[in-house]
Amino acid sequence: MAKEIKGGGFLVEELSPEDIFTPEDLTEEQLMIAKTTEEFVEGEVLPVLEKLENHEFEHSVKLLKKAGELGLLSADIPEEYGGLGLDKISSSLITEKFARAGGFSVTHGAHVGIGSLPIVFFGNEEQKKKYLPKLATGEWIAAYALTEPGSGSDALGAKTTAVLNEAGTHYILNGEKQWITNAGFADVFIVYAKIDGEHFSAFIVERDFPGVSVGPEEKKMGIKSSSTRTLILDNAEVPVENLLGEKGRGHVIAFNILNIGRYKLALGGVAGARIGLEIATKYVNQRHQFGRPISSFTLTQEKIGTMAAEIYANESAVYRTGGLFDQRLGNLTDEQLKDGREVAKAIAEYAIECSMNKYMATELLDYVADEAVQMHGGYGFMDEYEVSRMYRDSRINRIFEGTNEINRLIVPGTLLKKAMKGELPLLQAAQSLQEEILMMMPEEIGDEPLEQEKYLLKNAKKIVLFAAGLAVQKYMQKIEGEQEILANLADMAAEVYNMESAILRTEKAINKSGVDANKLKLLYTEVYVQEAFNRIEQDAKEIIVAVEEGDNLRMMLSSLRKLTRHDPKNVIAKKREIAKKIIEAEKYVV
Amino acid sequence: MNIYVLLKRTFDTEDKIVVNDGVIEDDGVEYIINPYDEYAIEEAIQQRDKHGGEVTVVTVGDEDSEKQLRTALAMGADKAVLIEVEDDDIEDQDQYSTVKILEAFFEDKEVDLILAGNVAIDNASGQVGPRLAEKLGIPYVTTIVGLEIEDGVAHIEKDVEGDIEKIEVSLPLLVTCQQGLNEPRYPSLPGIMKAKKKPLEELELDDLDLDEEDVEGKTKRVDVFLPPEKQAGRILEGELQDQVKELVSLLRNEAKVL
Repeated sequence: MAKEIKGGGFLVEELSPEDIFTPEDLTEEQLMIAKTTEEFVEGEVLPVLEKLENHEFEHSVKLLKKAGELGLLSADIPEEYGGLGLDKISSSLITEKFARAGGFSVTHGAHVGIGSLPIVFFGNEEQKKKYLPKLATGEWIAAYALTEPGSGSDALGAKTTAVLNEAGTHYILNGEKQWITNAGFADVFIVYAKIDGEHFSAFIVERDFPGVSVGPEEKKMGIKSSSTRTLILDNAEVPVENLLGEKGRGHVIAFNILNIGRYKLALGGVAGARIGLEIATKYVNQRHQFGRPISSFTLTQEKIGTMAAEIYANESAVYRTGGLFDQRLGNLTDEQLKDGREVAKAIAEYAIECSMNKYMATELLDYVADEAVQMHGGYGFMDEYEVSRMYRDSRINRIFEGTNEINRLIVPGTLLKKAMKGELPLLQAAQSLQEEILMMMPEEIGDEPLEQEKYLLKNAKKIVLFAAGLAVQKYMQKIEGEQEILANLADMAAEVYNMESAILRTEKAINKSGVDANKLKLLYTEVYVQEAFNRIEQDAKEIIVAVEEGDNLRMMLSSLRKLTRHDPKNVIAKKREIAKKIIEAEKYVV
Repeated sequence: MNIYVLLKRTFDTEDKIVVNDGVIEDDGVEYIINPYDEYAIEEAIQQRDKHGGEVTVVTVGDEDSEKQLRTALAMGADKAVLIEVEDDDIEDQDQYSTVKILEAFFEDKEVDLILAGNVAIDNASGQVGPRLAEKLGIPYVTTIVGLEIEDGVAHIEKDVEGDIEKIEVSLPLLVTCQQGLNEPRYPSLPGIMKAKKKPLEELELDDLDLDEEDVEGKTKRVDVFLPPEKQAGRILEGELQDQVKELVSLLRNEAKVL
């Protein structure tokens, strides 16, 4: 049995490179799956993307069917229901490669992810038999209807109702679901409604059921090539057998689906960022000003270096999470694997990691899209440049599948819950830390590869626990109301997760093929860890100043200084080195 | 039908060619199936689906070529053969060497149809297919864009510099495939999963009763260099008469082509 790593355990556990999955561990088959997806997107989707942007959605339906023929819709559907039942990394690669397809990636993602997975995880045998084979081929297309005009982040505040009819054969649904991806052509909707206005529950609703209709296409800022409409339920008649999961347990489905949805958005974010860097680098190589390519200016190189290092860290973190899923799923028995609930539970263990990946990677994407436009200058502002669409498409990612703010609150909230329940020894770690810091002597840091990074990581973990400990001590249960502090802690935790993922990945690669073959990975790690550590210090300082005062404040700040003492690395020089490689390759390389 | 496909692993078309000291660098290069060979694989699969039989993909290459063979298997080929030759083993390895190896491989094979790409996009000689057919004593048609087989006769459309020539020829036969013949399929995910269970035979020169000297190349590579970098264009100004004069003078004195 593979080692089982606890969700949220990264703050207190010490891991070795072998414990995490890295992109370098991909198998030949996984790479082939990635390649097929890539070729499909390039050969089939991109040629009609413009038409999709103009809302000619008959192409979306055709593309999904073609994707179905290739198996690109069936990765997460078990074999006995017409799917392929692939590992989560393979499924991740498909998601990742679809990122190039702009808004169509949202169409694909909504179908295979939030649209199909509720049935995969929570459907009963009949429901799975009836729906999954059709969803696997793309004969039917799925959508997910949770949001309402009055309830976004507060999903459980939904007003849509379901009432059992007198005959007891149908639930009668009434309400309006808003911003439903794929609504223009979906055949099946996963709809959340409150039975008798009370019990939040999920239903499988077919488009052709009486009382089901959709509104007009929304006019959106980006992802125009995906269909977004309102779903209207006007005395919609849903057979009782289409209740998904148990009455009143809809929130379990909703939250579980969001976990994987967030993880997949993170994958898309990283992949999108890689594409952004590639497009921008090609452009700055070709664009001449003052008689030389603008890629030769060091300020351009600074941008390239920063982007690439950030991509590396986020990529490492997202793959690590995917590996965690597979590790845990690998430990389930066949019996358990057949029960979708067990699979969902295994994934839910890493809700914290999913949330962190989501806000980090979607903000990475936004940052890269923004800088990529900047590097194009005025041309980037023109619609005919791909980068302009990328910029518009990127923005939604910070909003859907739980806003990044909600996701930030989830991370410390869940960590605290796990600590209180005794699932994670965070409280003990925080307590012993306070004494440790008092006694702490400066450490001698050598100059072996990654030595300083590992030291900074070790201390970064301490800083998170230290700051969190102070805040919890002061506010106790009321910390829920201190959202700024929670958000800072969420950022710090995510930086730690990214730092550690990058370090372990680089270490794994160096162990395998030596330092020389992995110079770029080392540079990425050095730059990211240095900058992330600076940000962590800043966040911690803010928390301490908000929490403490007087002598105590001075004492705590001096403790923080003890933890942050180190000789910073020259990131300007390192970013130039990184940029040189990227400019040469004209794409993100490792 | 016994259908064989000759496959070559080549640089990805997107890769930049870097020459260092007369050697093409292969550091960090991505490899693909030679694009013309993809037409051959696709055609082989389609012909098999129509007429039954088996598709075997053969390549002469190093162990890394296994990846491209697996891709062909994932597309739908039934078997693959890797004839393993390490780069440094054979002196001046050229088309002669490859043909010699393939000739030995096909010696004891029952063949109905051999398909190859029109050219490989790296060395672009287009020789291996035709020379192999000569050695095997079977007819060949190059640059085909259409193929119908009926009662042991192939009805072929051949691309002749943009025009179509129609040819009838009996099997066994070797053809080389041109763009336009078909649309190669993507390896499907189920295909990829199946590919790992399909047979992939590995042979060495020994297994074909060949020595390294037997397959020594007949050509010598004198030098390898990149075409000169493209210079920025120049727009001539002034009266048309003067422009013509200046152009002629530039062509004569600067470009030295007149």
